[in-house]
Amino acid sequence: MSELAQSNGWLPLVFMAVMGLAVLIYVVLDGYDLGVGILMGLASDTEKDTMVASIGPFWDANETWLVLGIGVLLTAFPLAHGIVMGALYLPVAAMLLGLILRGVAFDFRFKGQAHHKPWWNRAFVGGSLLAALAQGYMLGLLVVGFDRTPINMLFAAFIALCLAAGYCLLGAGWLLMKAEGDLQRRAIVWGRRALWLTALGIVGVSVATPLMSRAIFDKWFSVPNIFLLAPIPAFTAILFLLAAFAFKRLPVRLEQRNESWAWVPFGSTVVIFVLAFHGLAYSLFPWIVPQRMDIWQAAAAPESLMFILIGVIIVLPAILGYTAFAYWVFRGKSRDLEYG
Amino acid sequence: MSSLLNDALLLSRIQFAANITFHILFPALSIGLAWMLLYFKIRSDRDGGAAWMDAYRFWVKVFALTFAIGVVTGVTMSFQFGTNWPGYMETVGNIAGPLLAYEVLTAFFLEATFLGVMLFGTGRVSKGVQTMATFLVALGTTLSAFWILALSSWMQTPAGFEMIDGRAHVTSWLAVLFTPSFPYRFTHMLMACGLTTAFLIAGISAWRWRRGDRGGDVRVALGSAVWVAALLIPLQIVVGDLHGLNTLEHQPAKVAAMEGLWETQRGVPAVLFALPDEATRSNRMEISIPKLASFYLKHSFDAEVQGLNDFPNSHPPVMQVFWAFRIMVGVGLLMLVVSWASLLRLRRYGELGPKTSRALVLMTFSGWVALVSGWYVTEIGRQPWLVQGVLRTADAVTKVPPERIGLTLAMYLILYAVLLVAFVSTLFYLAHKAGADVNGKRMNPVADPYRANEIHAREHKHV
Ligand code: HDD
Ligand code: HEM
Ligand code: HEM
Repeated sequence: MSELAQSNGWLPLVFMAVMGLAVLIYVVLDGYDLGVGILMGLASDTEKDTMVASIGPFWDANETWLVLGIGVLLTAFPLAHGIVMGALYLPVAAMLLGLILRGVAFDFRFKGQAHHKPWWNRAFVGGSLLAALAQGYMLGLLVVGFDRTPINMLFAAFIALCLAAGYCLLGAGWLLMKAEGDLQRRAIVWGRRALWLTALGIVGVSVATPLMSRAIFDKWFSVPNIFLLAPIPAFTAILFLLAAFAFKRLPVRLEQRNESWAWVPFGSTVVIFVLAFHGLAYSLFPWIVPQRMDIWQAAAAPESLMFILIGVIIVLPAILGYTAFAYWVFRGKSRDLEYG
Repeated sequence: MSSLLNDALLLSRIQFAANITFHILFPALSIGLAWMLLYFKIRSDRDGGAAWMDAYRFWVKVFALTFAIGVVTGVTMSFQFGTNWPGYMETVGNIAGPLLAYEVLTAFFLEATFLGVMLFGTGRVSKGVQTMATFLVALGTTLSAFWILALSSWMQTPAGFEMIDGRAHVTSWLAVLFTPSFPYRFTHMLMACGLTTAFLIAGISAWRWRRGDRGGDVRVALGSAVWVAALLIPLQIVVGDLHGLNTLEHQPAKVAAMEGLWETQRGVPAVLFALPDEATRSNRMEISIPKLASFYLKHSFDAEVQGLNDFPNSHPPVMQVFWAFRIMVGVGLLMLVVSWASLLRLRRYGELGPKTSRALVLMTFSGWVALVSGWYVTEIGRQPWLVQGVLRTADAVTKVPPERIGLTLAMYLILYAVLLVAFVSTLFYLAHKAGADVNGKRMNPVADPYRANEIHAREHKHV
């Protein structure tokens, strides 16, 4: 590790944080719209239109956080970028295929001829599912240090399912806030199912990471760390119970036209994602390629990082500002989209 | 065939070329359309009248489509550097990284965020705010072209850096951003986007016009597009010529390949047609005009120009560069003729004629052809270098097993073929529908189109 007082010591840390932030925001934001895309496979035709309308104004900007995340990896850690992307070559390709399919299906499904629409709907659902599964698979491989034994690949496949479930949970929570009537009620059913698989996935990752290396095990289970860190799993469990409770009560409340709890499942899922992400980041730090290359070894030259840092400091608040503006403009229940 | 499948370098090159070629088709339209739409919108806000608004409504649908394809293929591009060219980032990451990062920070977020407000903001924000959002989207697309072309130009004419331990380190960011070829490339590229868009709009409008769909919206779109094309193409030719002079200074081997010139000589002829042959190092079936190339390259009929034989083992493949250049210039000259003929006809009679309208329809996608040929001249002309004089393409290639690259390449090619067919047929379908049905003009993009008809019918009953 380099001296933190020197620029080549602290700059990689800062960029690790920026990359983490971008990936976290991506997972939450694109997570809900990929989730809505997967759930569309279960919806009726009119519901499909409403579901697309609920993510229409946002999905493109959501995806841009992925571009930022990969951009920072590319930029700040050029030496790791090639290794990571080489190790994940096929899952990355599968994810890109999924993202391409859903991105274009979004537009073609209502601009193309009516009799093609069911096909584009399938592409939308299939693309969303493929992208979510591929991302989960990559997460699984990252946790096991890109070591491709059969057991590890099975584990990665299991995480893939769980992440897709997590996205469905986010998507269902989003629909609860954005939709009305029948669709809102169906979102509750979908959300309840997704909740348990998501919980299972988080438990899976939490058990696997400490088992992976002695160092990570000690990070969590030595005294006093274990006491300092205990609130993370405890709080996560409480949030799961809260979401489960909300799902249980919501049908009755919605019947009474009381929307005041509709945001609770989405809100608690977001916090769960944030906590799980931090737990994982704590385990993996400071490795960028687990056990092989740390962030200092992978970093770009300080003069280059400094040049970007200036941009990040000036531009990131502006991005957050106008992102907030866009969400504010399209607040409330989603309406049919119409170009004006 | 088996040797092809075993060659990671070749497969990576084909894959990268396929991806970026498919990507650029759509950004070029997004950049041009964004500014055109801003113009339509401002005219409609100012002049009132349905024509501009209807033209806006039609082309904004096309824009949403090009933008979506541009974004998803762009996301693919941003992974390509790592998956296929790890050596690129390892060697010049200190330069390429920041430029790509600034593109994401300043351009992509701007366009992607305000796109929602631009497309769907009606009724939620005021007209002024929506027009502002349209402007910000247009600005975002152009900024993104700025950053990516700065990087591309740096790879052609690198400056402002030093090599330490095999990695490039920046000495001056200004020199990195504004390399000698950048002003030419940036201008030439932006005008190429404008031309590509103008010919698309003119072509589709002429197609509608020929089918008897001659409403105000078709006329204003057609008129604007023909004007833009006629104004841009002469400028493009002049800038192209200046660009060539700049290339002659910095990459003489590329110009020699463009001209099909093997031996260094005085009074170089302009070759109109030839089949350059690297085995015999000469041109077959050459048709040329004596001394002309010396004149347009050095502004003197007797000037000396360097030939390919001066660059043993380090000049680009000649055939591809030679022909790509001729296709670009040929299309450019066609554009000049067709746009001015159409403009004069429009000015004189207020209408296109059968010949001009037909020519415009045939030229609908001509911009794409010139655009891609132009990039091929630039990129293939840089070979065998990836970064001119700094990094060879062969040294940057991935160690991913070739079968995997072959697999993903096949996947991309199939996908792109399907998408291209879907895009072109949807474009004509939208144009057909806009003319066939008045309701098409207020088509609701998410709801079932037939519901829009019902609503319309109901409104009529009330009257
Ligand atoms: C001259 C223009 C130009 C060129 C040469 C390129 N692009 Fe591009 N790109 C654009 C112009 C553009 C654009 C106009 O900004 C987008 C936004 C919408 C569109 O259709 O194209 C775009 C979208 C776009 C996106 C999605 C942005 C988003 O999320 O909103 C990415 C990640 C890239 N591009 C990446 C690349 C890379 C890595 C390239 C080269 C190797 C590249 N582009 C060449
Ligand atoms: C947008 C239009 C572009 C097109 C149509 C295009 C086309 C091509 C083609 C055909 C090749 C293969 C050349 C060969 O191997 O013979 C290539 C290679 C490459 N280009 Fe581009 N390119 C474009 C823009 C860019 C930009 C903006 C960059 C980077 C900033 C870039 C970076 C590269 C790299 C890294 C390679 C791979 C190595 C190589 O084969 O030279 N290209 N491109
Ligand atoms: C008719 C006269 C034209 C001339 C003399 C001309 C000349 C050139 C030259 C010399 C290059 C540079 C190659 C290099 O050094 O890297 C170039 C590149 C290019 N041209 Fe043209 N061009 C013409 C028309 C067009 C047209 C009509 C279009 C598109 C609509 C176009 C699009 C491009 C593009 C996209 C590039 C690659 C990007 C760049 O390097 O700027 N050109 N052109």
